[in-house]
Amino acid sequence: MKKSRFGPWIAVTIGILYFLLPLLATFEFSLKMKRGIYSFEAYRVVLADPHFQASFTYSTVMALLTIVLGILIIVPTVYWVQLRLPHLRPIIEFITLLPLVIPAIVLVFGYLRMYNSSSWLPLTGSAETTNILLLFAYVTLALPYIYRAVDTGMRAIDVRTLTEAAESLGASSWTILIKIVLPNVRVAVLSGAFLTFAIVIGEFTIASLLDRPVFGTYLQLMGANRAYEPSALAIIAFAVTWAAMVLMQVVGRDRRAAKPAH
Amino acid sequence: MAYLELKSIKKSFGLTQVVKSFDLAVDKGEFVSFLGPSGCGKTTVLRMIAGFETASSGTIEVDGQEISHLPPAKRKIGMVFQAYALFPNMTVAQNVGFGLKLAGIPAEETRVRVAEMLEMIKLPHLGDRYPYQLSGGQQQRVALARALAVRPKILLLDEPLSALDAKIRVSLREEIRALQREMGITTIFVTHDQEEALSISDRIVVMHEGIADQIGTPFEIYNTPKTKFAASFVGTLNLLEATVVDPGLSRLSIDGHEVTSTSPITAPVGAKCTVALRPEAVVIGPAHSSDRNQMVGTAEEISFLGAVVRVRVRFGDHAVSIDTFNDPNTPPPLRGTHVAVTFRREDLLVLESSGTNPPAGAATARRHEMA
Amino acid sequence: MSATIDQASLPPISVRSNPLTIARLGVLPFFIFAGLFLIIPTLYLVVGAFQDQDGNLTLNNLAHIFSNEKILEAYWISIKISLASAIGGAVLGFFVAHAIVMGGLPGWLRPAITTFSGVASNFAGVPLAFAFIATIGPQGLITIFLRNGIDVGGEHLALDLRAAGFNILSFWGLTLTYLYFQIPLMVLILTPALDGLKREWREATATLGGSAVDFWRYVGLPVLWPSLMGATLLLFANSFGAIATAYALTGSSLNIITIQLYAQIRGDVLHDQNLGYALALGMIIITGGSNAIYIWLRHRSERWLR
Repeated sequence: MKKSRFGPWIAVTIGILYFLLPLLATFEFSLKMKRGIYSFEAYRVVLADPHFQASFTYSTVMALLTIVLGILIIVPTVYWVQLRLPHLRPIIEFITLLPLVIPAIVLVFGYLRMYNSSSWLPLTGSAETTNILLLFAYVTLALPYIYRAVDTGMRAIDVRTLTEAAESLGASSWTILIKIVLPNVRVAVLSGAFLTFAIVIGEFTIASLLDRPVFGTYLQLMGANRAYEPSALAIIAFAVTWAAMVLMQVVGRDRRAAKPAH
Repeated sequence: MAYLELKSIKKSFGLTQVVKSFDLAVDKGEFVSFLGPSGCGKTTVLRMIAGFETASSGTIEVDGQEISHLPPAKRKIGMVFQAYALFPNMTVAQNVGFGLKLAGIPAEETRVRVAEMLEMIKLPHLGDRYPYQLSGGQQQRVALARALAVRPKILLLDEPLSALDAKIRVSLREEIRALQREMGITTIFVTHDQEEALSISDRIVVMHEGIADQIGTPFEIYNTPKTKFAASFVGTLNLLEATVVDPGLSRLSIDGHEVTSTSPITAPVGAKCTVALRPEAVVIGPAHSSDRNQMVGTAEEISFLGAVVRVRVRFGDHAVSIDTFNDPNTPPPLRGTHVAVTFRREDLLVLESSGTNPPAGAATARRHEMA
Repeated sequence: MSATIDQASLPPISVRSNPLTIARLGVLPFFIFAGLFLIIPTLYLVVGAFQDQDGNLTLNNLAHIFSNEKILEAYWISIKISLASAIGGAVLGFFVAHAIVMGGLPGWLRPAITTFSGVASNFAGVPLAFAFIATIGPQGLITIFLRNGIDVGGEHLALDLRAAGFNILSFWGLTLTYLYFQIPLMVLILTPALDGLKREWREATATLGGSAVDFWRYVGLPVLWPSLMGATLLLFANSFGAIATAYALTGSSLNIITIQLYAQIRGDVLHDQNLGYALALGMIIITGGSNAIYIWLRHRSERWLR
């Protein structure tokens, strides 16, 4: 059965054009800062901007902390649910999907009212505690992604048998979790981590309303006040997202490659 | 005039030749099995008959009409797949009636035919169930009914039993055969299970590396395999290496024992050849007549299988498995004891090497012999 | 969290004797966290939507939404944009996913497009707005290209987008921009679903006399329907709750509900905090409702699935 490949080619070509043209346009625009010639001037200006450096560093640290805290919360939860509390699974799945249902702007609105300086837990009272609140907000946003990655990873290794084998050798529950389960879901955890990184690094809504100096709000500020720098920044942001996604795929491929060796 | 005729069918995927010149003529109402290991090309031939693959060369005719270039939908062929492949979004009745619906048969007529088909597969009350609510065996019966409901010219079965457990496999294959006889439908059945092929078929095509090694009735295939491959794939043959002693008298030497065959030998004196010996053709105990070949060896392993006792006897380089019926009065030999075994000359088969296959004409000729 | 740490320091005997207890303590941090930073803040707004400023029960906030035309219009524009970008994303995404899964295209295209979709579906927010300004904004590459036009067979073809009524700071501008992440998201969701369509179903349809159209009509689309529906509703919620792109693109000039709420949170422009809660409640109802519809549809059409 020879099929006509005309239709599929059209679909793919339109798809590719839709995604490449804006990138090309942005890149081209970012090179036009110096009148009459193409140059990387916009990139030089941006990279030299202390606000860029500060906000990018802030967001990177925030993303890393989000990943660590997210894993600390999710890994034990998934482990115990798979091992002993399977009846909790539907509830936990439902909860972890909520951040995809409740818009971030609604969530942060709730935080601002619940944790304001006159509340029982005044997290927005100082810069330090607001940082913590932002971190928690990001962990919340990342819940669906980290949960799904870890859950899939742990289902693939049959935690129950691993745990029983380790228990029969005299290992305690926490030893099993840290020394056996975690290393075995490392790949799954990493792929969730890269996705989280890509999401957190450019987040705007929550940080803006909590007034934290993240990369996203810096981008917005530049967009409102400059002409060529935003394009350069968009390309940089795209490169970061790209890197995170490619790393995620590379990690995933390693897992597949390593499988027959088990 | 054969009903289904495949003439010099060849198929290559890229540089790999999957089917190398395949000829077959099937009579109307005949049940033919393609038997062979995975990758032997049997499924590819089946898919070419169905129209899912296009032959690189050769023709396929059904009832005198060339169908090689018809799309699958126009070929009037019923197919049952290994993995059931029932449409999950339709009930059993909807699945069975789907082909009729596509053909534009009126709803009332469809309903009646579906009821008939469900009656025929002995699932008359399950019409409203969804496939996931059925067992594997039930699903496969529904798949069979779905394929047969449109009264196809040819029924193709692609390993339909291999996803089922052993018990259902046997009962369903008997059911398939009974239905096939009842409807008189020409059927091609692909399997890698020799027992299945032997029990169900009118004729078997033993396939190996893209060619038909041998085509014949189950009786012929089992008792007189033509090639080393056919011999090794069908049954639990003992394959031994022998040296030609006297081609004229068909005398051979196996591990120092001189034996006689009734097969003609073309190889010269001193040449090596492969011989086959069925486990059930060998008898334990010394020969009572000089017609029988005798060899002496050591009982190496005794497996009690119930009605049958399988004894492995070693002669130098070779070991031979021997099947004898269990006899409460005669216990099997003890491990390590010397035993004499005998077999008839006719039972020692001298095989062609598997590398050279019989010419295609020979296989077709065989069919006419039996017809 | 301290409870779990205490548990860890207990001797192993008691751990073994109470596997359920330790398991429950192990999942406790998750529930505490989800409660404090996901569920309670949301419920806080929901409850607030039914209270006046003194905490008395009232329906006035909701009534205000329906009497305030600007708010109603904001909801309506948001719904329109989300629907357009979700349905557009679903249709185009379906064709791309179909092309790479069963289009018979070269093998390397599929991983390339999947990776790209992973990137593009996460490339939202502020940078996306910049990219589209550089593309179809007033000075964008495509805008200028179309305005300059091309000569085809002696005839000069040109299109002035602005004169034609197109403005990036509009419904269509935002929809086009949102499609940039909606289409790839759909591709990512649908690719495994299309993989799940067994080749045998197609072949069985063919042997029963059915065409490719018959296959899609009676088998393919009915089987895919829950995934398609689910993905479309996810796309809907995805753009309904989005703000960063719109905000960076249009400032506060485009009247969509997230920008309204943003302004309300920032400056309490409505001078009524509880009305803000009602705005949020409206959003939760719409995104939550679309998910509830999805679950219901899925339940109905998946009778035949395990």
